[in-house]
Amino acid sequence: MKIALDILSWVLLTAGGVFVLVGGIGALRMPNLYTRMHAASVTDTMGAILVIAGVMIQAGFTLVTIKLAAILLFLLITSPAPSYALGNAAMLAGIKPDAGSAADLEQAP
Amino acid sequence: MYYAVTLALVVTMALALARAVLGPTVYDPVLSVTMFGTKTVLLLSVIAFLYGRPDFLDLALAYALINFIGVLAVLEFFRSRAIRREQERQDGGSAE
Repeated sequence: MKIALDILSWVLLTAGGVFVLVGGIGALRMPNLYTRMHAASVTDTMGAILVIAGVMIQAGFTLVTIKLAAILLFLLITSPAPSYALGNAAMLAGIKPDAGSAADLEQAP
Repeated sequence: MYYAVTLALVVTMALALARAVLGPTVYDPVLSVTMFGTKTVLLLSVIAFLYGRPDFLDLALAYALINFIGVLAVLEFFRSRAIRREQERQDGGSAE
């Protein structure tokens, strides 16, 4: 049973690490601001859920699990709000969403 | 096992910093800072288990809240600046 839980948590942690890494590479390589936001959101949702779930399984049913659940809740509630505010502010500043081109190089304020 | 996740998180933080330095618009550093903050919270949670010290989780919790407020404050500043500039441009346009 212990081994099964360990394997499950390792799988979750590794998958979380892969998602985080993919999101990081995407945030560096994507062509413009909105596509980079899309890549960064992968690390905020899937990466966070998988990594926290992985360490939660390691913790078992203790106070630590409650704290981890609180951290996950805060991350999931608070990450969409800055994303929305960022998109809104960029849109108001006149950066047009144009996937498929590096257009915001010329539009930079 | 925790080492692999820690490594992935640290590499991603380095990539986010690179984007913050390269970023062509002012919004790229803000995006990087949000990403960096989330990664810091995750890194603190993993390090708590890597070193076997659950106190780090309290730090992670506090950091999650501080990060949220900080990013919203910066974005509100940029947003009001964009609106003000737009208004000034329109006023200038109508005056001519």
